Amino acid sequence: MTNHWVDIKNADLILIMGGNAAEAHPCGFKWVTEAKAYRKARLIVVDPRFTRSAAVADYYAPIRAGSDIAFLAGLINYLLSHDKIHHDYVRSYTDFSFLVKADFGFENGIFTGYDPEKHSYDKASWGYQLGDDGFVLTDPTLQDPRCVYQLMKAHYARYTPEMVSTICGTPQDAFLKVCEMIAETSASDRVMTIMYALGWTQHSQGSQMIRTGAMVQLLLGNIGKPGGGMNALRGHSNIQGLTDLGLLSNLLPGYMTLAGEKEQDFAAYLDKRSPKPLRPGQLSYMQNYPKFFVSTMKAWFGDAATAENNWAYDWLPKLDKTHDILQVFEDMNAGKMNGYICQGFNPLASAPCKIKVSGALSKLKFMVVIDPLATETSEFWQDHGEYNDVDPTKIATEVFRLPSTCFAEEDGSLVSSSRVLQWHWKAANPPGEARADQEIIAGLFLKLRELYAKDGGAFPDPILNLTWRYKQPHFPSPEELAREFNGRALADVTDPKDATKVLVKKGEQLNGFAELRADGSTACGCWIFAGAWSEKGNLMARRDNSDPYGIGQTLDWAWAWPANRRVLYNRASCDPAGKPYDPSRMLVAWDGVNGRWGGSDIPDFKPDSNPTDGMGPFIMNPEGVARFFAVDKMADGPFPEHYEPMESPLANNPMHPDNPLARANPAARVFKGDWDSFGKPDQFPYVATTYRLTEHFHYWTKHCRSSSVIQPEQFVEIGETLAAERGIRSGDHVRVRSNRGHIVAVAVVTKRLRSLSVEGKQVHTVGIPIHWGFMGVARNGYLTNTLTPFVGDANTQTPEFKAFLVNVEKIQTIV
Amino acid sequence: MNLSRRQFFKVCAAGAGTTSLALLGFSPDAALAEVRAFKLANATETRNTCPYCSVGCGILIYTLGDRSKNAHAEVIHIEGDPDHPVNRGTLCPKGAGLLDFVQSENRLKYPEYRAPNSREWQRITWDDAFTRIARLMKEDRDANFVATNEAGQTVNRWLSTGMLAASASSNETGYLTHKFARSLGMLAFDNQARV
Ligand code: SF4
Repeated sequence: MTNHWVDIKNADLILIMGGNAAEAHPCGFKWVTEAKAYRKARLIVVDPRFTRSAAVADYYAPIRAGSDIAFLAGLINYLLSHDKIHHDYVRSYTDFSFLVKADFGFENGIFTGYDPEKHSYDKASWGYQLGDDGFVLTDPTLQDPRCVYQLMKAHYARYTPEMVSTICGTPQDAFLKVCEMIAETSASDRVMTIMYALGWTQHSQGSQMIRTGAMVQLLLGNIGKPGGGMNALRGHSNIQGLTDLGLLSNLLPGYMTLAGEKEQDFAAYLDKRSPKPLRPGQLSYMQNYPKFFVSTMKAWFGDAATAENNWAYDWLPKLDKTHDILQVFEDMNAGKMNGYICQGFNPLASAPCKIKVSGALSKLKFMVVIDPLATETSEFWQDHGEYNDVDPTKIATEVFRLPSTCFAEEDGSLVSSSRVLQWHWKAANPPGEARADQEIIAGLFLKLRELYAKDGGAFPDPILNLTWRYKQPHFPSPEELAREFNGRALADVTDPKDATKVLVKKGEQLNGFAELRADGSTACGCWIFAGAWSEKGNLMARRDNSDPYGIGQTLDWAWAWPANRRVLYNRASCDPAGKPYDPSRMLVAWDGVNGRWGGSDIPDFKPDSNPTDGMGPFIMNPEGVARFFAVDKMADGPFPEHYEPMESPLANNPMHPDNPLARANPAARVFKGDWDSFGKPDQFPYVATTYRLTEHFHYWTKHCRSSSVIQPEQFVEIGETLAAERGIRSGDHVRVRSNRGHIVAVAVVTKRLRSLSVEGKQVHTVGIPIHWGFMGVARNGYLTNTLTPFVGDANTQTPEFKAFLVNVEKIQTIV
Repeated sequence: MNLSRRQFFKVCAAGAGTTSLALLGFSPDAALAEVRAFKLANATETRNTCPYCSVGCGILIYTLGDRSKNAHAEVIHIEGDPDHPVNRGTLCPKGAGLLDFVQSENRLKYPEYRAPNSREWQRITWDDAFTRIARLMKEDRDANFVATNEAGQTVNRWLSTGMLAASASSNETGYLTHKFARSLGMLAFDNQARV
């Protein structure tokens, strides 16, 4: 979230699209209710299903699953053509006036630089026109046809209300009603927030859906303001934290990135990630990258990381490509992998196309499962009848299953969607011999290190030199680990302006990332977490819930990254002169007397930068402003464009009916062998979408009695029209088939899923809750990922669970 | 002392994780007035957060006893933390049922091993598990570690073993796991963020 849960109460309008907070994030949704009750805020829900969020909305518009970009692109067109944009904001804080390279273009659904063989783009033309001084050329009059504003206007003019309705199946009047309501928030004293979740991410064009939403918010001037922002409602309790800590194939802690194999030159690696300002007077905060990187290497490798060995740069693995979860199962299925460790992750249930995942795991030599619960993955080799029909005697994978603790049995911190790191305390001992995760990792690591120390082996240096300063090596304590990722001074850290002034003494905990140094005098495991555990102690454990400004900021409750800031980009809540656009909801303001920024939040800005200096509020971008034109940051185009889901009920993309290359996302992640696994609408005519229920959490709570009592059995939701067509009544058992497999479930016939008219034909949607499996105390069921396609988003490789094709038939009732 | 239950907890807590009424030897007037002692009065209260979704609701876990050496601290009750600024004491049906997660009959209790082509688990010791897994990992890493690629560039990577990390585990676990995986040269490394 750019903002945070409680801040939703400051909104005037709430758009929930690509999510269903009332059911999936119930206690966070209460802040929507609060905004409605006390601010008279209105709620709009756009969703294929009439969800419980929709049930309390002021306005609901249906949409075909997977067509969100078309809807939002139509909204952009509406805002631009009706002049409902925040002029001051877009002129001062965005790239509206920036000039784009002359050879960038877009034709028949494809951007310049496309290679159909590689299913990807060469992005050389996706950039700015630069002057001799290295700065971007601009046209403040916005008349130049190559300026971002003009290009964007032309790009989205094609998304007329008629076209939106044709693609999305949303009735035109409903679409226009939503546009009108949203357009009101272009005023300075009206703010909209957008709340989204997996309903936007789990698509082959998911990143661009989110981007289109962010563009809407920028046009309206709603980013950086209280009650505004782009609010990703993360799924798991600490998925935010694990991403912040960089536990993804291509990342390092704090969103630093691992080097590609071509990046053999350390200086060039740092240089590329420390961009110089692209406009005069801009901060370009990532110029500090070397400080963050060197400090992480000092935290990991201690004295072994030196200036001479480039702080052990060579010790980090270099990428040939991203080995994300889809790539890994592709390689595993091809027999290229031997071992796999699943720590609190159940990929047999949560990765797409179960049959492929199961086949892949069967080709491993060994698998290790670390989990508090008996997961499906840990028993992928076991015969569980129709739900997991395999022959154990034919599966040679060795499997280890190691019991770990759960939340109640450990200390530590989790990062909520608000980016708040909250400490929790151990209440009881775990059952049996279960151990804490860090104890298990330590056990494995120390054994490996012992073997490497004794027998040698392939490149032992990083293993032998990994810092392990824990008082009990077999049990690194959460406190020690938290202090390590916060960081400490390895030598006195002095003020860059006055070398006699010591900011932090040798050995002390750091107060924040501003104290990091690139000369090896600081160690910090995750720069964005610096400040969480300073000399003041564990700030994540703070429990003062006072709210002095009355807008829900609670700065003394736990600790938020970065720098305890609660609303990102908050400088943009003020006009260029530094005055809040809406003084009744002040986050920060320029204090001319003291020459500093201050207010109810930690300023997301250089604290002493006078507004007259003209520094832009988006300090992480070298431009200093937000981008409508994504330059080369996205894999599938600088402007979002509507493409059909990989499996779509339409033969063509209505935007580009003559170009088969532009039917689905031209840069989506598809492996060669998987093209045949996609179904066609003649055999699989219905759109399927998967989702979560209020009573269950993924595949965990089917192990819990209470959840299993209130939602005991697998079901699918079917609209009344489709049910009538297929002779299905509520309570019947139905078989739902995709081109990859089938599930059997009880049918719930409902008004909540309506048929939509898309390109002149009726499109039906089948709703598939995900929570059942063959382990647990609920009634056994099929893993829904038996059905889903093995295709990923072009940028994040997130699989397309929200829009694919199925067929449905009634079967004889089974007892 | 005239304190409401909430004030009382605030006074006792003062930033610490746990409080025990029994330990302190007194309890709020309201509870004393009850005909039968308030069941949780003899319990220890521990502050925690819900491990399910990212709302991050604050919870209070009640365990039997006062944490003295031989007392088995069994979790008997979990409820929303009224002081938490986001959930203010409420929980959704998942969070309200957290006790059943802690006590689930499907909690794993011992390290287990499934041999190739076998139909069953066998119980093993932790030491046995660590030793065998470490040997398998080392054998694979030593055989398949790539120090330089075909172009002769230094790459120091190990692709034939991978890992999925847990996005309900703590930052402290996640941080240690990251150190562990990268020191081995792993790239086939992800968490639930992508799914
Ligand atoms: S109680 Fe419900 S809303 Fe709160 S964190 Fe847990 S799952 Fe989310």
